Amino acid sequence: MLSLAQNPRLLRLQNLHQIPLKCLHTSPIPTPTPSPSPSKPTSQILKIRKSLLSRETTAVEIAKTFLDRLRRTEPHLKSFLYISPADAVLKQAEEIDRRIQNNEEVGPLAGVLVGVKDNICTSDMPSTAGSKILENYRPPYDATAVKKLRENGAIIVGKTNLDEFGMGSTTEASAYQVTANPWDLSRVPGGSSGGSAAAVSARQCVVSLGSDTGGSVRQPASFCGVVGLKPTYGRVSRYGLVAYASSLDVIGCLGSSVADTGIVLQAVSGHDKFDATSSKQGIPDFASQFIPSDYLDSKPLNGLRVGVIRETLEDGVDPDVISSLQGAASHLEDLGCTISEVSFPSFSVGLPAYYILASSESSSNLARYDGVRYGNQIFADELSSLYGHSRAGGFGTEVKLRILMGTYALSAGYYDAYYKRAQQVRTLVQKSFKAALEENDVLISPAAPSVAYRIGEKKNDPLAMYAGDIMTVNVNLAGLPALVLPCGFVEGGSSSLPVGFQMIGSAFDEEKLLKIGHIFEQTLQGCCFVPPLVANDF
Amino acid sequence: MALTFFRGIKTCPLIHFPSAYFARKNGYFYCSMGSTNTQFATQEKQQSADLKTSQKTHKKSADKLLKDYEAVIGIETHVQLHTLTKAFCSCPYSYGAQPNTSICPVCMGLPGALPVLNSKVIEYAVKVGLALNCKLSLNSKFDRKQYFYPDLPKGYQISQFDVPIASGGCIDVDLPVEFGGGHRKFGITRVHMEEDAGKLLHTGNGNYSQVDLNRAGVPLLEIVSEPDMRTGIEAAEYAAELQRLVRYLGVSNGNMQEGSLRCDVNISIRPTGQQEFGTKVEIKNLNSFSSVSRAIDFEISRQVLLHSQGQADQIVQETRLWEEGAQKTITMRKKEGLSDYRYFPEPDLPGVALTEEYVDSIRDSLPELPETKRRRYEKMGLSMQDVLFLTNDLNVAEFFDATIGKGADIKLAANWIMGDIAAYMKNEKLSINEIKLTPQELGDLIASIKGGTISGKIGKEILFELVAKGGTVQGLIKDKDLVQIVDLSEIEKMVDKVLADNPEQLEKYRGGKTRLQGYFAGQVMKESKGKANPKLLNQILLEKLNAKG
Repeated sequence: MLSLAQNPRLLRLQNLHQIPLKCLHTSPIPTPTPSPSPSKPTSQILKIRKSLLSRETTAVEIAKTFLDRLRRTEPHLKSFLYISPADAVLKQAEEIDRRIQNNEEVGPLAGVLVGVKDNICTSDMPSTAGSKILENYRPPYDATAVKKLRENGAIIVGKTNLDEFGMGSTTEASAYQVTANPWDLSRVPGGSSGGSAAAVSARQCVVSLGSDTGGSVRQPASFCGVVGLKPTYGRVSRYGLVAYASSLDVIGCLGSSVADTGIVLQAVSGHDKFDATSSKQGIPDFASQFIPSDYLDSKPLNGLRVGVIRETLEDGVDPDVISSLQGAASHLEDLGCTISEVSFPSFSVGLPAYYILASSESSSNLARYDGVRYGNQIFADELSSLYGHSRAGGFGTEVKLRILMGTYALSAGYYDAYYKRAQQVRTLVQKSFKAALEENDVLISPAAPSVAYRIGEKKNDPLAMYAGDIMTVNVNLAGLPALVLPCGFVEGGSSSLPVGFQMIGSAFDEEKLLKIGHIFEQTLQGCCFVPPLVANDF
Repeated sequence: MALTFFRGIKTCPLIHFPSAYFARKNGYFYCSMGSTNTQFATQEKQQSADLKTSQKTHKKSADKLLKDYEAVIGIETHVQLHTLTKAFCSCPYSYGAQPNTSICPVCMGLPGALPVLNSKVIEYAVKVGLALNCKLSLNSKFDRKQYFYPDLPKGYQISQFDVPIASGGCIDVDLPVEFGGGHRKFGITRVHMEEDAGKLLHTGNGNYSQVDLNRAGVPLLEIVSEPDMRTGIEAAEYAAELQRLVRYLGVSNGNMQEGSLRCDVNISIRPTGQQEFGTKVEIKNLNSFSSVSRAIDFEISRQVLLHSQGQADQIVQETRLWEEGAQKTITMRKKEGLSDYRYFPEPDLPGVALTEEYVDSIRDSLPELPETKRRRYEKMGLSMQDVLFLTNDLNVAEFFDATIGKGADIKLAANWIMGDIAAYMKNEKLSINEIKLTPQELGDLIASIKGGTISGKIGKEILFELVAKGGTVQGLIKDKDLVQIVDLSEIEKMVDKVLADNPEQLEKYRGGKTRLQGYFAGQVMKESKGKANPKLLNQILLEKLNAKG
């Protein structure tokens, strides 16, 4: 494991990078300036598209830049479990260049390098879900989301690290490696999509796919200072997503701007005949929301009602995180929103309900890893030993813990007290959200109670780790869409750490979240969410 | 076709299926089925030895003993639905295909694969539910039944637990006449949808097993009866009626040998008059209706014997296997308490919602069911034996219906079908759809005989021609000049000829040996090439024989 002390170069970089402690300010919205501040997040995807179509640069050039940065940063970050061979990436880039040269049409993601969380199946790369039990496992098919990315011209650059099967909040539960936070290498990137968040944060790829069962896209987005979008349950096909908790799992997008996550969502959304839980809901044109800041009027969000969930600002939440959220709220107010406080009494019971449901479903979903058909098999003379040894050797501690919890909760005699009751809580949470979202267009809360933890900090305290998911799990229970975007920095030891806030919308109303998020980030002044590690590149 | 999915999996050309399945130690998946079997076999030896001695001593009184007990029998039937594709993926299923040639990521339980329900499964389940007079659940759901076994790729079976698609029905059965006949009504507890598991293929030496997942994910209906049956015959007939029902409905081929219809019998005994049930034993491996019946009879005797000897405590809750060769049941596994399958709602599949309109449209499309058909045939005046024969096979019943639809005499049509036609089918191992005879021609044949155009004997000859080669009755009569001779003078001529050719016999006849009439009749018939009307022939013959006497 890499620590700061061992790497003076990184330390120096961080010290050089002077970031104001709090970049949120409550002054009126500045009028658009002729030359936008260089720190303003811009859509990397749109930029790439523009530069390719104008022949300003080539897909090969872009790919080389990213691959080069990937090579430089990866030893420090370890955000990828598998990286595509450079020639495979460049070959795809060449094909895009050839098409552009021939004036053939290219997809909206042409030349965009995408990192894919390793629990999403790819036919040309291993898909281990961060588990030893799937070591070297290569699926015979692409997940629907991956298939759609490729159809849109994206180049899959590799498979990102995660907590084994998505079970964790720090990516330390990966069976292979610990990923570092690009802002502070002694800290975790969050999890479980920690690899996807770190990779986008360090600009190792343009955007990435993650998965979000209880906050696994949103919390690492907050920890790494990137935008994380958890779509409505059913918006994106789960076919090919290695199941953790089927009724909660959703594939999400991470990007360095709201627009990027929206463009990726556009590409991967839609009903899939291979996923019975995918929705037939129409997909709006998300890109229409991404109006350049120059064209915004002074109160672009006039009339929008924003509810701050009171229970998310109580005990156990880092005061700096609370003030960041308040800063975000006042920024929204400046943009024309009306801010009010919303009480959400069932908020705290969502967490235990989530852990019961997620563990129960996972105990069932992980039953297929028995060493019989694929993955690691530990040979035994007897069938039950074959199962026992293969699973004991293949699963990590956290996974075993959750399988045991889930098996217990589903056992005869306990089902009513645990699983059934948790389902009742789930209904309650859904009703609370519905009521709150009738009064408000969106709800806001912190994305996590704190900034990124130190590596090892919570490793031996699972309950404290679980408690860190309190901000996000309710959204999964209700199946709602939520967007996490960086809103400021908090002093965290040697350096400043980014902090994000969460915006929750009504089911299938990602459009509104993207619109608000885009305007928010375009009007946020003085914040640069490029981590010191790669700041020199920009 | 499904193999195209396996781009990423190294395949071994020698064993014809993706080696990832078996790429275990030395290319095979090992487990120790052999040793477990031996253990049970020894146990069984001991037990059966005990039984043998007791069976000897009590043989005489066995029948008497049986009268003091009542058996309580319930049956769980698994019916494989013959949908074009599996329940949750688009793989086809065909019995007997090369192992692992009809599989995909879904039915292999690969990571990330998801089930999507085949709507035909619902349609077939609703059909069966309605045909079994069940109450349908307009809102049912799927659940996961969890257990580990190598033939179960996901580690759970998608099934239905607390809300089956249909429940609370009944089925009508007419017992065969040779077993005393009688009508029975057996309750149906529930009908639910689930998926089949794969198959384990054990090698001869028993030290490893291979998994064939072709069958994994094939849709099944589990039909659970009330414990309403009391004898082996009742149970076998219940199963046979289910087979007829699914065949009439066209939802399954109901073939027991192929495992398309599988019966597990639950059986307990209790002294006659006792209210509470005895200890229940489950019997598996019943591959025919007669094995259902014989296994139950064996099991009743076994349990009654134990009970009457004061060894009722040796009747334990267990699963026993019917051994066709030895004609007995043996212990397969003893149950250590109830298994906990940790059922919970299947989160990958939305609930199953049926509308009244949908159910009504299916109800309207139901064909005439065996019970209705039997009652209709009964009303037509057919004997129960005829009714049971004709309704047993839907195709035969349809052939019969079509024949009488052409105006054929009901009893004659039944006799022809059950007699010569059935015999031909049996000899040639053909089904009624495979013979060349059409209901139209059978109707014509019957009418031609009844109308006197041809004799019954000629009719039979034509029939064999028709079933084997086809053609029309009229055409054959014309081609072969088979029209019955009813012309009196023509018959007279033939009689005269025969009498003239056989002076000796005529002498004898007139001398009192009147038995010779039959001989003369035969000769005349031969002379007419079988075409003479027998009634007229005999009339004229008798007149001439006795003329100068």
